[in-house]
Amino acid sequence: MSTPSLTAAAAAVLLAGCATAGGMPAGEKAGPNLGRPATSAEIAAWDISVAPDGGGLPAGSGTAVRGAIVYAQQCQACHGEKGAGQPNDRLVGGQGTLASKSPVRTIGSYWPYATTIFDYVRRAMPYPSPRTLSDADVYAVTAYLLFENGIIAEADVMNADTLPRVKMPNRDNFIPMYPATAQ
Amino acid sequence: MSDRSDPARPNAQVTTRGRLDRRIFLKRGAALLGAGGLSMAMGPAARAADAPSPAPAPGAGMSDYGHPARYEESVKRTLIRSQPGTTGSGASRTPLEMLEGALTPGGLHFERHHSGVPDIDPSVHRLLIHGLVRRPLIFTVEALLRYPMVSRIHFLECSGNSAVMYGAAPSTLTCGQIHGLVSGSEWTGVPLRILLEEAGIDPRAPWILAEGADAAAMSRSVPVAKAMDDALVALYQNGERLRPENGYPVRLFLPGYEGNMSVKWLRRIKVAATPTMTKDETSRYTDLQADGKALMFTYPMGVKSVITRPSAGFRMRGPGLSEVSGLAWSGAGAISRVEVSMNGGHSWADAALSAPALPRALTRFRIPWVWSGGPAVLKSRARDETGAIQPERDALITEHGANAIFHYNAIQAWSVSPDGEVKNVYA
Repeated sequence: MSTPSLTAAAAAVLLAGCATAGGMPAGEKAGPNLGRPATSAEIAAWDISVAPDGGGLPAGSGTAVRGAIVYAQQCQACHGEKGAGQPNDRLVGGQGTLASKSPVRTIGSYWPYATTIFDYVRRAMPYPSPRTLSDADVYAVTAYLLFENGIIAEADVMNADTLPRVKMPNRDNFIPMYPATAQ
Repeated sequence: MSDRSDPARPNAQVTTRGRLDRRIFLKRGAALLGAGGLSMAMGPAARAADAPSPAPAPGAGMSDYGHPARYEESVKRTLIRSQPGTTGSGASRTPLEMLEGALTPGGLHFERHHSGVPDIDPSVHRLLIHGLVRRPLIFTVEALLRYPMVSRIHFLECSGNSAVMYGAAPSTLTCGQIHGLVSGSEWTGVPLRILLEEAGIDPRAPWILAEGADAAAMSRSVPVAKAMDDALVALYQNGERLRPENGYPVRLFLPGYEGNMSVKWLRRIKVAATPTMTKDETSRYTDLQADGKALMFTYPMGVKSVITRPSAGFRMRGPGLSEVSGLAWSGAGAISRVEVSMNGGHSWADAALSAPALPRALTRFRIPWVWSGGPAVLKSRARDETGAIQPERDALITEHGANAIFHYNAIQAWSVSPDGEVKNVYA
C-alpha cells in the first residue's frame, strides 16, 4: 500500500481548496481519484439488474409452453410441481390469503413486479448454478410462473416489451415507508 | 447451561428485598472496603489446599493468530440453519447470553447469506460505480485501501431478528437463538460519498442499487440520501480486514439500517432514478400487516433492548444480589435510557449505561438485582435520543399483526421461577 501518493493527493486537495484536483472535471469534489473509467462494454457485461420499467431487460422472448419444460428440468426439484413448493419456497397460489392468519406469500399472491421474477431468476437461479440459463429460457420460466399463477395466458409472449406491462395482482398493496418514494 | 448469575457478593450482606438499584454495587463496594471487604472477598475459601499454584513449567509459545481459551469452546454461533438442500442460504446467530460488553468478536458476528460465502481473491475483485454519473468508475481493492477512511462503531441487525417472537407461543430458544441476528463491531472504510462524488453523481438521482458478488448477486436499492450521508464502503471490521462471511474484501455498511441492505462482497453500485424492486426489497424484506397490506422500505431498525444475563436457559443459583446485564440499540440514534423491571413491568428502575452510548451502536446496560427467591418477570425497555420507546409485544402485534416477520423490536420478558429457572414468556 502506497501512502506517499495519498499524501500527495491530500496535499493537492488542500492546495486546490476542494475545487479541482488531479485533473478532475471542475465542479466535482476532489478525492484521491483512484478509480479508472469504465467502458460501456464493461458496464454492459457487469450490469444484470432489471428495473420495473423494463430497463435492463435483454433481447429474447419466451412463453409458458417452453417455460414448463425448463421449469421441470431446472426448478421443480426444489420448488415442487407447478410451483407448489417443497422442499423450498412455494411460487404459485396463495391469492386471497395475505390478510388471513396464515398468509401464503408467492409470486402470484405477493410479488409486486413481474420484472423482479426475470431479474431474480437470471441472477440467482438455479440455486446450484446461477446465471446458466439463456435469456430466452429466463423469459420462458418467467412466463410459466406468471401463467401458473393465473396472471397471463399460456401463449402470451414475455419479452422486454411485454413483461414490464404485466400488472401483478398485489402491486397496489405495498406501502412505501421511505419518503422519497411516497411522492 | 451454566449459571452466569451467581451473586457477586455474599448473600448475608444483603438487607434489601427484591430491590433494583443501579447504585447498590457502588454503595456496597464502599461498605465492603470499609468493613474488611477485601478479606471477605478472599473469603474463608482462600486456604492453601484450594489455592491453585502458578504454572509449574513454562507454558505454550507465541501464536500467529490467537484463539479463545480452550475452556470456552462452547461459545459459538448458534442455531445455524440453511434452506433445505443448501448449506449457505440461511443464518447463524451470535450467542448473546455468553458475551459481555458491546463489541462482538469477528468470529461470532451473526451471518445471513443468500447463497453462501464466496471465496473472493481481492486482487481480481472490482467495484463498478455507474448509472446516473458523469464518469463511471472501476475500483480495485488495492485502490480502495488507499482512500482516506473513517472508523465507526455500529450494530448490524438482520431485519428478521427475533422473528420467532411473532409466534403464538413463546419459543424455548436461548437469548442468542432468538435475538442473535444482531452484533456490534467497529467498521472502517471509505465514505461512499467520496466515491460517488468522484464519479460525478447526478445530484438529482434518488437511488442507488448495491449488488454483491455472492452466487445470488444479492442486491438492494438504497436511498442516495443515505449513501451520501453515513454509508461506508467497509474494508475492516474490529481492526482486521473483513471476514469472508462479513463481505471480504469489501462491503457496503449502512449504519442503523436493516442488515440486508449492507450488501456484502460489494461489486457494483448503480445510481438510478427509481428503486430496482429487487426480490429482497419486494418479496422478502417487506413487512406484511394484518390487513394484508405490506410495508416496504422499512429501513431503520427500531429501538430495542434485551436482557442477556440472566436469560432463557439460565438457572439462578440462589437468592441474593446479582447483576442483570443486557444490550440496547436503535437505528435512529443513541440509546438515552434503559429501564429494567423485575415484576413484569409494574415498576421500573433505570439501568446504568456503559459509556459511551454511541449512535446506532450496541449499548451495554447493567443493574444490580436482589432476587428474593420468589417468582419474577424481568423486562428491559429502551428509549433513544429521538424519544422513541421500545414497545410491549402486545402493542407491536396490535399495530403490525403477527405475520410481519421482520422488524420485531418488542420488550422481551424472561420469567424466573422459585427454583431459579429462567424462561421466555409473553407477559
